[in-house]
Amino acid sequence: MPRIASVGELELLRVGLRSRRDANRSREAWIAICAGTGCLALGAKKVIDAFRAELSRRDLETEIVLKETGCPGFCEKGPIVVVYPEGVHYLKVDPKDVSEIVEETVRNGRLVDRLLYVDPVTGEKDVHEEEIPFYKHQTRILINNNIKIDPKNIDDYIAEGGYSALARALSSMTPREVIDEVKLSGLRGRGGGGFPTGLKWEAAREAEGSPKYVIVNCDEGDPGAFMDRALMEGNPHSVLEGLMIGGYAIGSEEGFIYVRAEYPLAVENARTAIAQARERGLLGEDILGSGFNFEVRLHRGAGAFVSGESTALMNALEGKVGEPKPKYVHTSERGLWNRPSLLNNVETWANIPVIINRGALWFSSIGTEGSKGTKIFSLVGKVNNTGLVEVPMGMTLREIIFDIGGGIPGGKRVKGVQTGGPSGGIIPEGHLDTPVDFDELTRLGSMMGSGSIIVLDEDTCAVDLARYFVDFLCDESCGKCVPCREGLRQMRNILGEIVAGRGKGEDLDALVDIASLMKSASLCALGRTAANPALSTIRHFRDEYLAHIEDQRCPALVCEGLISYFIRPDLCIACGLCEKNCPAGAISEGEGDEDTFMVIDQSRCSRCGICFHVCPSKVMAVARTSGRSASQQVP
Amino acid sequence: MDAVDLVKVDEIIERYRGQEGFLIQLLLDLQGELNWMPRDLMEHLSERLDVPKSQIYRIASFYKAINLSPVGRHMIHVCMGTACQVRGAQKVLDYTASKLSIKPEETTPDLAFTLRKVNCLGCCSMGPVMTVDGEYHGGVTLEAAEKALKGLR
Repeated sequence: MPRIASVGELELLRVGLRSRRDANRSREAWIAICAGTGCLALGAKKVIDAFRAELSRRDLETEIVLKETGCPGFCEKGPIVVVYPEGVHYLKVDPKDVSEIVEETVRNGRLVDRLLYVDPVTGEKDVHEEEIPFYKHQTRILINNNIKIDPKNIDDYIAEGGYSALARALSSMTPREVIDEVKLSGLRGRGGGGFPTGLKWEAAREAEGSPKYVIVNCDEGDPGAFMDRALMEGNPHSVLEGLMIGGYAIGSEEGFIYVRAEYPLAVENARTAIAQARERGLLGEDILGSGFNFEVRLHRGAGAFVSGESTALMNALEGKVGEPKPKYVHTSERGLWNRPSLLNNVETWANIPVIINRGALWFSSIGTEGSKGTKIFSLVGKVNNTGLVEVPMGMTLREIIFDIGGGIPGGKRVKGVQTGGPSGGIIPEGHLDTPVDFDELTRLGSMMGSGSIIVLDEDTCAVDLARYFVDFLCDESCGKCVPCREGLRQMRNILGEIVAGRGKGEDLDALVDIASLMKSASLCALGRTAANPALSTIRHFRDEYLAHIEDQRCPALVCEGLISYFIRPDLCIACGLCEKNCPAGAISEGEGDEDTFMVIDQSRCSRCGICFHVCPSKVMAVARTSGRSASQQVP
Repeated sequence: MDAVDLVKVDEIIERYRGQEGFLIQLLLDLQGELNWMPRDLMEHLSERLDVPKSQIYRIASFYKAINLSPVGRHMIHVCMGTACQVRGAQKVLDYTASKLSIKPEETTPDLAFTLRKVNCLGCCSMGPVMTVDGEYHGGVTLEAAEKALKGLR
C-alpha cells in the first residue's frame, strides 16, 4: 500500500479507485454481506463461506466482488445480503439460498422472491433499501456507508469520499476555523451528556500544557445500546478521521481509541484501520504534506461499566484502576496524565467528517432547536423491527416505534419505552408523541444517554425493571463514594422487598429520599443518575408499585415472589416436559378419573417459571396468577 | 510456573517496552494466553516490572475480564443487558445454571464449564443472547440453550 503524500495524491487515488470500482460494477454484480457481530450471530459466516464456495465453483471469484461489510442496522432480519449494482436487498439469507441468488440475481438479474422484505400489513414485497419501511423513514448519514464498505479495507472508505474532510481541514482551514465550524454546527456529545462539542474543543485548544491528547470513547457500556459497536466495526475510518481532525483542531499529536473488552470485532477492525492508515501515511509524520503529525494507540477495556466515565477512562488509559476522579478541573484542562485531553464518544467523532465536508449550516438544518443533526438509536426489546435506526433529532417515539419499528409483536399494547440506559428512565405510553431530543427526554425524567430505545410491552413489570437497573448499577458502582455505594445498596434492598411482596407503605418515600441525596452528593455521573430508573417509574407507574405493596400483586405477572403457577387439567396432555425440567422436583402426575394431567406441588414450587416456558406452545397448559387471592385460584 | 511460561511472559512484556500505562493491556494479553491470572504470575510481574503486588492485584480484581481462578474449558456467557432482560434472559440464565448444576459466575467441578453473566454483548436486536466459547447465539430459547451445551462436556 503506497503512502499518500499530499491532498492531490489522495484525490488521484480516489478517482482511480472509483473508476475501477464503477467499471467493475457496471459490468458485473458485486455482493455485500453484513459481517457485523449481529449478523454473524445469526449465521452470516456460513453464508459468506457458501458464497465463496459457489463463486469458486462457477469460476467467478475474480469477476464478482464479495464484500464482508459493516452493519446496516436491520439486525432483526439478518443475515443481510445486498446484490449490487441493482441494490437488491435479501433478508434472513440461509447458506442453501446462496446458489439460487448467484444463478438468478447475479447471473440473470432476476429476483429471488421469497428472500425479499414483505410488508406485514400490505403483504407487498420491497426490493431496495429505500422502499423498505424500516429504512425509508430514516435519515441515514452516519450509518449509510456501513453496507458499502469493507471495514478492513481503507481503499473502500477512500472510494466513498473518505479522508476528504481531513484533507480539507489540513489544507484549507486553520484549527480555529475547524473549531468554529463544529461550534456553529450545534453538535452535542452523543455519549449521553449532550455537552456542546465545539465548546469542549475550544476549551481543550485554549488549555495550557502539552502534549495534548484526543480520545475516542468506545466503552459502550449501556446495555441495550450498540451503535458505537456498529460504527467502530463497520466504519472505523470515519471515527479515525474525526479523531485526526480533532487532533489538528486542538493541537494534539497523539490519540487513543478505547474499546471495551466485550467487542472483540470492534477491537480487531479498529486495529486494522489504524495499521492501514499508517501504511497510507494518513497517520505518522507530515500527514498529506501539511506538516501535521499524528499517532493513535488502541486500548482495550477490561470489563468495567464505570470505566466509560471520562475521568475513569483516562485512569484506565494510564494503566490504573478505571475509577472516576472528582472533576474540580475539567479534563479538557487536566485529563490524561494531567494534560489537556479531549474525549468524545464514537458517534460524536463520526459526525465530524460530515460536518467539515457538508458544512455546519447544512448540519444544523437537521434536527430541533436545541439538538442538531441525526442520532443513531438502537431500537430493541418488544418491537417487531429491532435494529439500529438513524433519524433526525426531534422524531417522535411513536414514529420510531411504529413507522420504523413496525409496532409491537403479538398485537400487544406498548407500555412505555426505556431510554438512556441504566441511568435513564422509563417513559410511559401516554408520552410517545414526544419528539426525541436531549432536552425533551430530560424533561420527562429520562435522558438521551447513548441512544438506546428499549420498547416495553404489557408483559414488562415497571418495578422489576427498576430493580434490575438498580441491581446492575449496584454491581457496577466502583464503591469510591458513599452516596452511590450505600444509596444503591439501600435502594436494592427496598426494591427487593417490594418485588418479593414485603413492601411497606413508606418505601416509596424512602426511595425518593435516597434518590435525591444520591443526585446531589455522588462523585460521578453514574451515582448522580443512578436513581433515574426508580424515580421515573415511581413517577409514571405509581399504581404498579402500589399493587405490589398493598395487594402483593404483580400486574405484569413477572415478579417471582408474587405469582403462582398452576397447570390446567383441561389443557394438559401429560407429556411430562415440565416434570422433566422442573429444578425443584415439584411436578408430578395428578390423579384424575380418566385423563392424566400434571400437578404442581405449591409447597415445593420455587416459582422459577421454567414449566411455563417449556410447556409446548400448542398446549399452553401452565397458567400464572398473582395477588392476595392467588392461592385461592390455584387448584 | 515452569520455565516455558516465563519465556512467553517476558516476550509479551517486551511488546510494551517504552510505553506508558500498559499494565491493563499486559494483563489482558497474559490472560489471553493462560485464561486466568495465577498468583505466582502476578508476583513475577511485580518483580519484573517493579510495580507493587498490591497494584497488580487491585487491577486484576477490579476488572471482570481478568480471572483470578481457573476457568472451565468451555466458557458460557449469558447476556443480561436490558434488551435481553425484557425478552427473558433471566430464564435462560436460570435454566442454564440448573442444567450445569452451578450458580452463575461458577465453574463446574470437572472444569468443563464456566457460566458468566455479561452486561451487554451489543447484539441487542436478537436477545436473549448467549455465547458459548465465543460463538454467538441469538434469540435463545430454553431448548436452544440446552442444545448449545450438548456434546461439549
